[in-house]
Amino acid sequence: MSAVSPIPIEKSQGWGGAALKTFTRMARYVVVRLMTLFITVVIGVYLTILIANMGGYVDNIIKGQIRDAVTQSVANNPAYRNMDPDARRKLIDDQVTLEEKRRGLDTPIAIRNARHLVNALKLDLGRAINITSDSGSKQVRLILLERLPATLLLMGTSQLFLFFSSIFFALNLSRNYGNFWDKLVIAFSPTSAVPPWFYGIFLILIFAAGFKVLPFGGMVDSPPPANTFDYAMSVLKHLLLPGGALVISSFFLSVYNYRTFFLIYSSEDYVDMARAKGLQARDIERRYILRPTLPNIITNFSLLIISLWTGALFTETVFLWPGLGRTLFQAIGLYDTPIIVGSTIIYAYMLALTVFLLDFVYAAVDPRVRIGN
Amino acid sequence: MMNMIGSSFRKLLQYPSAMAGIFVIALLVVVSIYTVIAIPYAEAIRLWRGGEEVWYRNPKFAPPTWFNLFSSRKFSESFAVSTVDGGIEKSTSPGSDDITTYTMTHTFDFAYDVYPQEMLLYVDSAYAKKQPFLSIEWITPDGRTMRISNFAVGEKFTYRFSQDEKLALKLRAEETIPALFSDPETGNVMKGQYQLVITGTTFEPDSNLDVEFVVHGQVFGLAGTDHARRDLTLPLLWGAPVALAFGLMAAIGTSVLTMTIAAIGTWYGTWIDQLIQRITEVNLVLPFFALMIMIGTFYSRSIWVILGATIILSIFTGAILAYRAVFLQVKESMYIEAAKAYGAGNGRIIFTYLIPRMIPLLIPSLVQAVPAFVFLEASLAVIGLGDPVLPTWGKIIQDAQANGALYKGYYYWVLEPAVLLVITGLAFAFLGFVLDRIFNPRLRDA
Repeated sequence: MSAVSPIPIEKSQGWGGAALKTFTRMARYVVVRLMTLFITVVIGVYLTILIANMGGYVDNIIKGQIRDAVTQSVANNPAYRNMDPDARRKLIDDQVTLEEKRRGLDTPIAIRNARHLVNALKLDLGRAINITSDSGSKQVRLILLERLPATLLLMGTSQLFLFFSSIFFALNLSRNYGNFWDKLVIAFSPTSAVPPWFYGIFLILIFAAGFKVLPFGGMVDSPPPANTFDYAMSVLKHLLLPGGALVISSFFLSVYNYRTFFLIYSSEDYVDMARAKGLQARDIERRYILRPTLPNIITNFSLLIISLWTGALFTETVFLWPGLGRTLFQAIGLYDTPIIVGSTIIYAYMLALTVFLLDFVYAAVDPRVRIGN
Repeated sequence: MMNMIGSSFRKLLQYPSAMAGIFVIALLVVVSIYTVIAIPYAEAIRLWRGGEEVWYRNPKFAPPTWFNLFSSRKFSESFAVSTVDGGIEKSTSPGSDDITTYTMTHTFDFAYDVYPQEMLLYVDSAYAKKQPFLSIEWITPDGRTMRISNFAVGEKFTYRFSQDEKLALKLRAEETIPALFSDPETGNVMKGQYQLVITGTTFEPDSNLDVEFVVHGQVFGLAGTDHARRDLTLPLLWGAPVALAFGLMAAIGTSVLTMTIAAIGTWYGTWIDQLIQRITEVNLVLPFFALMIMIGTFYSRSIWVILGATIILSIFTGAILAYRAVFLQVKESMYIEAAKAYGAGNGRIIFTYLIPRMIPLLIPSLVQAVPAFVFLEASLAVIGLGDPVLPTWGKIIQDAQANGALYKGYYYWVLEPAVLLVITGLAFAFLGFVLDRIFNPRLRDA
């Protein structure tokens, strides 16, 4: 008995030390990635501002805001109430010039852009011209943050579903490599060249216009159901078609890619070894095939998500889904520059966030990050 | 090299999907060449941007004529005839006191189950002072003769059958056109031969009178019409060269530039290579479509500006990293060593030794990139950022979406351009997929 006990203690000590080491390594990895990504985002947002401000669009947003504020304050000041209109206009003009000078709008463009960059990074995106948020605000940040959950719901559910279902199907196909279904998936994989909104049109045609079983668009029935369960069911019903379009457009290519990864890894010697040892097929798949393939799959998946992120705006537009993309679409129609610039910046943030999250998952599944360098 | 192309082509023959792809692409090229020659650019723009004056003969929202083949109820077709083109017989009988009487008749078969949308009579007359006078008669298959209307006409005059309230009263019907084509007893459609007789009188020696009879049916032409009466064959035909040109130019521009930059970066290494990798990282978080929208809204919607921006934003993507990985391998190979040994310059090594080795990788990825760009043009058009003057497939879908085509049941309007886009995209995708298997067997043979 006494001979047995020291071993587990020693083991657990060693394991605890390793865990701490792994944790610090992971933490260092995350911090480094976070910093590089932050720098990347800063450059990305700066480029966005540079493109927008080549025609002075960002400056015009600020100038419009200043004029608004000055006109308001002059109109609300009782002292100016009985002024004649010309004098009042002159007063407003003078104050606007003063305020523009104070805010540095007469400085060189490089300095102005740097200032816009700081504002954009703080998400101080100005005020919309025509669009208002559902709560009545004209703050671009509030409008966009209000629409963000809808986009996240659509993208989140469809991408998670896509990820897990393609892994499931890919594993099945790699088991039955070369059979009818495998050939079918290979044959269909080029159909992923068609973007989701395009499948959306066909889905609307079939399920909304043809069979009349699912709604044409929107996120919830009108009027919205009062109780939470009905509300959720209604959202789910509206989610099926746009989510389905997003899934269909990437499904075959994803399954094909993952299946190829699985096949490459299942011909490794250690898999044959495991088979020779007589391990269960399920265990082999989980530990010896799925595990080493995951980093590849995640890289593949993250590139897919990044390409889908901004592309979802077309899907949202086709399905009248009240998300970021549709807001951007409305902003184009109304020529609402603050919203257009603001959503570009928010999209850059969302992309960086996606890259970061996937990096984190990658770090969690790839032993090289935890153990090696 | 020729040998390689020949043997790859023989391999292509074994794949039906690749052959189908090549066939579709060849067909599109032929159609594009025909379109550009038959409807020159300036003419296409004039027609596409033309209003009523160009398209007044066409009905609105009419599906294509071949709809009738699949429908048990036959929809009336559209037609337009005039005295100028001889579709309406015109006989002149001069009378006394400079009075001339014209009798203009048009006989046509009506064998449909659904009434036309509208019938119009355009009158074109020449006179100095006294306005000519016109009377219209309608003879039904069962031999009834109805007086439709009579009126004095100006130089240009349009008579709309459906808007004539007096006629409606006379026919005791709410809508005149169904009443004109119905059996008065049963109210059903009466099929058979109808005759329109127009009698005109002019009162001056040098007067003249011409009429054009236009029937806006429920179906029109090969492709149908849109909300502005435009014949959809025009944008459907012109969409082909635009889609091909945009897709191919963007794909070639992007692939060739990506490869060249990757080759230069890997060859020189050091900070150039580092810079390329950093730019790629930044480009990854740049929201591509949102930036395109910004450019489209703020600066220009011209297809050339969009093409340029697309290429620039598509260079630094995952592809450049893939090329870089292969170039790093090629850079170490013996023949590059040999080239360095005999004193080849940097430019010579990059362009005659490094890049040609990449052609097997380049061709499939180039072909596979085409659909993405074809759909990109359509996507931008759908959200209203298409080229303002060009008729394209995406523009048709945008018009259809804006007019609620899917909700109102004008399916042909969306389906025609959509099917063409899908066929074009898939042709390139399938061909590219097979080319990838042929050129890079190692990568795909698992």
